[in-house]
Amino acid sequence: MSLLEVHDLHASVNGEPILRNLSLRVETGEIHAIMGPNGSGKSTLANVLAGRPGYEVTAGQVSFNGAGLTGLEPEARAQAGLFLAFQYPVEIPGLSNMEFLKAAWDSHRAAQGAQPESAVSFMKRARALAKSLELNPEFLKRGVNEGFSGGEKKRNEILQLLLLEPKLAVLDETDSGLDIDALQTVAAGINRFCSADTGVLLITHYQRLLNHIVPDRVHVLSEGRIVASGDRHLAEKLEAEGYAWLSD
Amino acid sequence: MSESPIDIVGQEYRAGFVTDVASDTLPPGLSEAVVRHISAKKREPAWMADWRLAAYGKWCAMRPPDWAHVRFPPIDFQAISYYSAPKSLADAPASLDEVDPELLRTYEKLGIPLHEREALAGVVKAPDVAVDAVFDSVSIATTFKDKLADAGVIFCPISEAVHSHPELVQKYLGSVVPQQDNFYAALNSAVFSDGSFVYVPKGVRCPMELSTYFRINERNTGQFERTLIIADAGAYVSYLEGCTAPMRDENQLHAAVVELVALDNAEIKYSTVQNWYPGDAEGKGGIYNFVTKRGACIGARSKISWTQVETGSAITWKYPSVVLRGADSVGEFHSVALTNNYQQADTGTKMIHLGPGTRSTIISKGISAGKSQNSYRGLVRTSPAAKGARNYTQCDSLLLGDACGAHTFPYIENKSPTATIEHEATTSKVSDDQLFLCQQRGIDPEKAISMIVNGFCKDVFRKLPMEFAVEAGKLLEVSLEGAVG
Ligand SMILES: Nc1ncnc2c1ncn2[C@@H]1O[C@H](COP(=O)(O)OP(=O)(O)OP(=O)(O)O)[C@@H](O)[C@H]1O
Ligand SMILES: [Mg+2]
Repeated sequence: MSLLEVHDLHASVNGEPILRNLSLRVETGEIHAIMGPNGSGKSTLANVLAGRPGYEVTAGQVSFNGAGLTGLEPEARAQAGLFLAFQYPVEIPGLSNMEFLKAAWDSHRAAQGAQPESAVSFMKRARALAKSLELNPEFLKRGVNEGFSGGEKKRNEILQLLLLEPKLAVLDETDSGLDIDALQTVAAGINRFCSADTGVLLITHYQRLLNHIVPDRVHVLSEGRIVASGDRHLAEKLEAEGYAWLSD
Repeated sequence: MSESPIDIVGQEYRAGFVTDVASDTLPPGLSEAVVRHISAKKREPAWMADWRLAAYGKWCAMRPPDWAHVRFPPIDFQAISYYSAPKSLADAPASLDEVDPELLRTYEKLGIPLHEREALAGVVKAPDVAVDAVFDSVSIATTFKDKLADAGVIFCPISEAVHSHPELVQKYLGSVVPQQDNFYAALNSAVFSDGSFVYVPKGVRCPMELSTYFRINERNTGQFERTLIIADAGAYVSYLEGCTAPMRDENQLHAAVVELVALDNAEIKYSTVQNWYPGDAEGKGGIYNFVTKRGACIGARSKISWTQVETGSAITWKYPSVVLRGADSVGEFHSVALTNNYQQADTGTKMIHLGPGTRSTIISKGISAGKSQNSYRGLVRTSPAAKGARNYTQCDSLLLGDACGAHTFPYIENKSPTATIEHEATTSKVSDDQLFLCQQRGIDPEKAISMIVNGFCKDVFRKLPMEFAVEAGKLLEVSLEGAVG
């Protein structure tokens, strides 16, 4: 049984067909990179997997851990272990980051029939993780992403990834907007998440992230379908030559 | 031949009023005779009766205000009964089976104990028994009273204070909200039922919150509640009004008056959680809450702060205000007003700066959901004598959905060249993106909305006494049900 299995997927955004005939299989322990030009459908795929309202599967199947995802609410998918790091993390002014994280973690535990973790132990864990991502723990007291810089928002996404311990991480351009040091910090965070029990779908434009996180497979998306797949050398070739050769 | 209301009133009046309280209700209609009847019923001294009659005279010449951003069919003031204490047995539900099941579900969610639910829903049994059942320990009440008495604090029904402390009532009643202040204040002055009277003597810090403990038996204060709180020089008191459980009442119109008086260096903190029945999801049957609340900072360096959480009522018309007369006195207004379904709220404050060095802060958080309309209306006025006066106003609106409305009406009348007046306003919407972020982290949309709304209201909740703050958060959650999706 695969961690994620996408079969002949067709999907529309607000009625507009975007993804066509897309198939993909991610096993536990694997890292898959998704690359492709702007507007090719990478974020659409991520959102379809997460069940975002307005993103409709018109044909094909998606199964996660052996269970079909169709018709499942976004929160149920999240609780089942599907995590999406957003390309553009949204701000929720006034709602403290810590409170938000705790509610998220409580909901994950509740779905497993577990009692909430004590606030003290959770906050300790959150602070330690924030430190490891070189995010000042003071950020935990601020509103969710409120006034965070672009790079801080991305680090906050990885903080959530590590706190919520999902099975599959879909990371949508988590490397964009990061300075050189931050890139290493974030990459270290992602590597920390990777294990024999987890899988990663890494959406990126740049080889530089893949120097730190070595993918098992690389897929190229173009106009809503996968036009090429290969090992990590495919990414190097793309970095050197761009996407044009694929359409020849 | 049927008798006119006046005749009946007349008869009763002649017959005297040592009758069974429970069965006593006046037929609808308002007249001088009715006002006399109410006063006589309470065995009030002549000065009190005269005061009521004077108010009645003024009321007759006034019209209901029409400037608020609310809509409702005209009220027939001659169709209302102005004396009914306690509520008529015939109108009230006889058991919880006759009460709106939605309301009962809400009690359950708020964790209201079973025996309190009946009282809140207005179920009428033998009234005295019901009160005893709620406050099963008379001893608590006694301890409470003893403690206050030791400190010299007077806390009693205003109907009692009229007899026991006439000099204080005569001096301060109507001193902050004059009878002719507005239509509903005049009406209240003529027919007020009952309410609280508090006097905290010089230099005394009231040893406890005057609070929730009385939340059930206060419901018998009726639809024209009258409250008067006086903090003498250097005194401090914190008063909590209302409760988080939605209260049902047979009377649709509620027109209360609250007056606060703070002398030199005194401080009054007045917190309200208002959760009158808002009506069903279509807005039918809800309470009209037309309230006049005002505090007077008479003394130098005195302080009055209003904190309110308004979630109930079909229509709310309410502007807790502070008149800053004493030098360096301080007024505060912290408000959360939430409207859902077909509710309408027009609420805000007035800060009247008369003395030098006076300061005021206004923090208003309006949340609109469903098809509701939520308006903030605030006035900041400075007189030429208010040298160096300062006001800071922050007025934030949060919209849930597309069918509701938020409106802001700030008025500034500045006659003091040295005053500083700042006003900030924001309007935001809970976006689909925010909701999706929460959902993606495993949080269901209702919980997400309530967390976002709570975050939005944080600055105000912080001002509430502890136990109220927790209840208020829970209350918003319940009030917002059905606001998503
Ligand atoms: N709400 C929407 N309505 C209509 N079209 C949309 C909507 N959202 C996305 N699209 C279109 O779908 C296509 C794929 O968009 P998507 O965001 O998935 O691209 P992407 O591969 O993530 O691009 P980038 O590298 O720029 O992030 C684009 O042409 C985009 O304009
Ligand atoms: Mg994208």
